[in-house]
Amino acid sequence: MSATIQKPGQPAAAPETARSARSLVDAVFRAREISIAGALVLLVLFTWIAEPRFLDGQGIKDLLLNAAILVLLAVGQSVVVITRNIDLSVGSVVGLSAFACGKFVSGTDHGVLTVLVLGVLVGAGCGVVSGALVSFGRVPALVVTLGMLYIIQGVDYWWAQGAQINAADVPQSVLDLGSGSVLGVPYLPLISFVVLAGTAYVLRTYRGGRELYAIGSSPEAARLAGVPIRRRVLGAYLFSGAVSGFAGALWLARFGTVVADNAHGWELTVVSAVVVGGVAIVGGTGTVWGAALGALLLTTISGALAVLKVDSFWQDAIAGALLLAAISVDRIVRVRMTRALRKRSAR
Amino acid sequence: MKLSAIKLRWDTAVGVLLVAVFITGLGTTDGFASHDNLAFAFNDIAEVALMALPMTLLVVAGQVDLSVASMLGLASALTGELWDAGWAFETIVPIVLLVGVVGGLINGWLVTRVGLPSLAVTIGTLALYRGLASVVLGTGAITDFPETYAKWAVDTTTVPGTFLTYPVVLFIVLAAVAAVVLHATGLGRSLFAIGAQEDAAYFAGIRVKRVKLLLFVVSGLISAFAGIVFTLRYGSARADNGQGFEMLVIASVLLGGVDFDGGKGTLFGAVAGVLLIGVLKNLLTLNDVANEVQVIVTGLLLVASVLTPRLITTVSAWRHRRAAAQAG
Repeated sequence: MSATIQKPGQPAAAPETARSARSLVDAVFRAREISIAGALVLLVLFTWIAEPRFLDGQGIKDLLLNAAILVLLAVGQSVVVITRNIDLSVGSVVGLSAFACGKFVSGTDHGVLTVLVLGVLVGAGCGVVSGALVSFGRVPALVVTLGMLYIIQGVDYWWAQGAQINAADVPQSVLDLGSGSVLGVPYLPLISFVVLAGTAYVLRTYRGGRELYAIGSSPEAARLAGVPIRRRVLGAYLFSGAVSGFAGALWLARFGTVVADNAHGWELTVVSAVVVGGVAIVGGTGTVWGAALGALLLTTISGALAVLKVDSFWQDAIAGALLLAAISVDRIVRVRMTRALRKRSAR
Repeated sequence: MKLSAIKLRWDTAVGVLLVAVFITGLGTTDGFASHDNLAFAFNDIAEVALMALPMTLLVVAGQVDLSVASMLGLASALTGELWDAGWAFETIVPIVLLVGVVGGLINGWLVTRVGLPSLAVTIGTLALYRGLASVVLGTGAITDFPETYAKWAVDTTTVPGTFLTYPVVLFIVLAAVAAVVLHATGLGRSLFAIGAQEDAAYFAGIRVKRVKLLLFVVSGLISAFAGIVFTLRYGSARADNGQGFEMLVIASVLLGGVDFDGGKGTLFGAVAGVLLIGVLKNLLTLNDVANEVQVIVTGLLLVASVLTPRLITTVSAWRHRRAAAQAG
């Protein structure tokens, strides 16, 4: 219910109320991202004071490198979640694509660009299948992508047969992408940032992007408004798959060593990042910026715990508690806001 | 009318498929029908089967609990840690079950009082409970459970005269209870109502929140119990026991034709789905089919289980239209 309220461009009966309402809504949602960023800054400051090595050159580099791949996946996932769907197959797509790319480059040198394109194609292929099943088969996304998770994982295991790709077989040019940097900033976070900014721009500016929000807010209304729902949802899955495949290629570049179950179980971490970042699981709201902040926050927490020498056993528990806190606060704020809006329009 | 008849038959189809797979096994695979193998095959999926029962009720009511396998892990870790600390098993069991109830209350409270979607809540508690499990037990394992307790869960102890193990007998009893609750009581009808149209159910006087809370509590309780069974069956308490089982539980339930959107499904279908996955796994293993292929088969079955009914509906709707066009 509240999900439909802040949809931009929604016609309202009384323009005056609508404008003030929208500015309030905008403020709350900007506040949402600011509060995640604030939590992030506090966390970093606290950890830095306790252990200054956290923010030395290598520390920052590690933090950015660790976050890069999760941020990419979170960007892809948000686009799907905004349409009120979900893609549980992302972890297995990363594994498959990393392994495919590894096999492809093993002992040869095809050049970095070819490897990245291959990764994107593998991922896009998986995304198209999931997307077609969800949009044209009109079946629940959770079930289909859960099935796809098993299928892709099985194919990957079957193909790998317990073998692994070793860093020694991966050409230096590919490994350089994972470890190199420009002006001290590693390539991977830069790439993630470019994808993030590009996606954010498209979602915000283009009609196709806005329509994804419309679909998530109210599929029925979107259909009546002439939004090509099936094509858009298919597109969202295609994008999520392609980004995951791309992330798989980057995984290879970063780690060099690849086994069949890379990124196993990551799907739930990615969904957590997206939800912490304020993309509502019921669709229609949230930005990829928020999702990226969510991913950065989750990565920073595990980094901080490691630096502070907190038992790594606490990591999952803290991440889970944080996710619950984030969505609860979000929900409470939203309920309050809806009430405030109702009071205003009643006046 | 004809369309709805076809849709309703999916769970029957899974039942038929189960029987077909079973008969194929009898006919083609040596040792499949043996007492020991059957006891092993069914005992092997005991925990997934147990957790699938409350999951069926939850999904019918339009909810989902992704934290079940984490609760299993927490229960296992707790059982091991308390046993290691010298507690009596008779004291450990109620404590662990109580933890399951509390876990379920947390899920239910966040869903009903704070008003969050169950998918988001239980993704959070999936991480939380698994995390607590590793806080309790770390990466170690506790293995010295005595025969007196372990024998109740292993597949070599069967109910005299049958190939049924005690966890499986427990499952049968609970499945019967769940079937009666879901299909023959007012509570069961209210689950369907909540799953189909929550607002309507509320205005029809169903205490939606209380019912949902109850479901999550039962789910937590059964998952904790499954944790104890798992621990004794393998004689090993570990924090990562049953990792990833949540997917298998949900897959079984959905395979049995319970609609993920809520409001539709039968307990018979869910049970058939669980057993189909179990029997198929056993049969493929006996025939030396690689584990990877088994995973793919599970995935394909899952996709087919949601796609086939839709396809049938679409095709028959198309036929109906064509027939109408010809008649007109």
